[in-house]
Amino acid sequence: MSILREKLENTSERVFTAEFPSIDGGGMDSVIKNAARLAPWFDAVNATDNPAAHAHTSNTTTAIAMKMHDLEPIMQIVCRDKNRIAIQADMIGASLHGITNLSLLTGDDVTAGDEPEARRVFDVDSAQAINMARIMATGTYLSGRKINPAPDFYIGAVENAAAPPFDYRIQRALKKHRAGAQFLQLQICYHPDRLEAFCKGVAEVAPDLKLIPTIVLMKGAKGLAFMNDKVPGIDVPADVLARASGASDPAQEVYNLTLELAQHALSLPGVRGLHVTDFRHDETLDLFMNDLGRTPKRQG
Amino acid sequence: MLKKLLPLVEHALKKPVWDCRMCGQCVLHSTGMTCPMTCPKTLRNGPCGGVRENGNCEVKPEMQCIWVKAYDRTVSLPLPKVWKEHYNELRPPVDMQLQGTSSWINLVTKRDQQVPAGWSVGEH
Repeated sequence: MSILREKLENTSERVFTAEFPSIDGGGMDSVIKNAARLAPWFDAVNATDNPAAHAHTSNTTTAIAMKMHDLEPIMQIVCRDKNRIAIQADMIGASLHGITNLSLLTGDDVTAGDEPEARRVFDVDSAQAINMARIMATGTYLSGRKINPAPDFYIGAVENAAAPPFDYRIQRALKKHRAGAQFLQLQICYHPDRLEAFCKGVAEVAPDLKLIPTIVLMKGAKGLAFMNDKVPGIDVPADVLARASGASDPAQEVYNLTLELAQHALSLPGVRGLHVTDFRHDETLDLFMNDLGRTPKRQG
Repeated sequence: MLKKLLPLVEHALKKPVWDCRMCGQCVLHSTGMTCPMTCPKTLRNGPCGGVRENGNCEVKPEMQCIWVKAYDRTVSLPLPKVWKEHYNELRPPVDMQLQGTSSWINLVTKRDQQVPAGWSVGEH
């Protein structure tokens, strides 16, 4: 059983996940370096699938490389680049290598990336992909062809708690849960009230669905403005932007704000941990985790 | 003959009203009379996480997200209760073999109800 599943399903411990940096050049050395940096703090880390519609080392090969270097992967699969056959192949291929944590999501559109002229696939959507994973874990492909023995998947999904239609987001999360999602990594949310309403609503109906809100570590006020302007589905309220840019030390203010958001998120019903996206790649991660009262795991 | 004629009639009627893409497995009734195939990502099960703060589409900023529209219409239009209840059902993947065929014929023959053998395994 994966560490992630064991902790979420059989303990009440908090779980911390992160995003593995995209690998392009640099070979296995860059994997080793990043794995060493993340391993002390995180239970499992997402092997991303061409994030923001940019080509990088593939989800499966990144997940395998992470596993080789003692970092438990959560393999992401997005619906943008592969049809239902290829997505099932990704999942069963992951299983071959002992990778069982999955995170299934729609994915940014091709126009978000550097090859907007590419064909978008979206043969299945995220809820359908989740259902396919669930079906495979019962021992058949979508077609009904048997898989014996059935792969062991721990199925995750993603939801944006704070994008329109606001009233519907809870139902959508529950739909993914019905399809087979056992945990949800939530997109970054700068509206604590919306996150709170979402988590309460989900926890009331589906207390066994584990919620893991995202927190982003960024360098300063410009990063916040970038999130607001460029990242689809992310809105940063004007007073938050003003608080960051108007401070005497904007970088410190953004850090304080991030810590407040993290502590608030952890206090919400249904929330079992945090997903940390680190755009700083410096010692701030250690500081942040320390401030949350975490102690690093000893390696080796 | 009917198989050739009906798709033309269906498209002529549904294209101007709903921008119908002739997927051949119409779900308009369950999506507030809003066609999910007009979503740039052709999502059948609700909005992606990229919907803008004003309710518009991530891909086409000038267009209202079709799932925001579908939700508003499901809530506000005087549609039959059972149609409204279908809004949040888990719709199966599109059967690409039905592309261009008449959804009316597929409804009558129940061809549009056929799903891959594995789809309904276990509970939803």
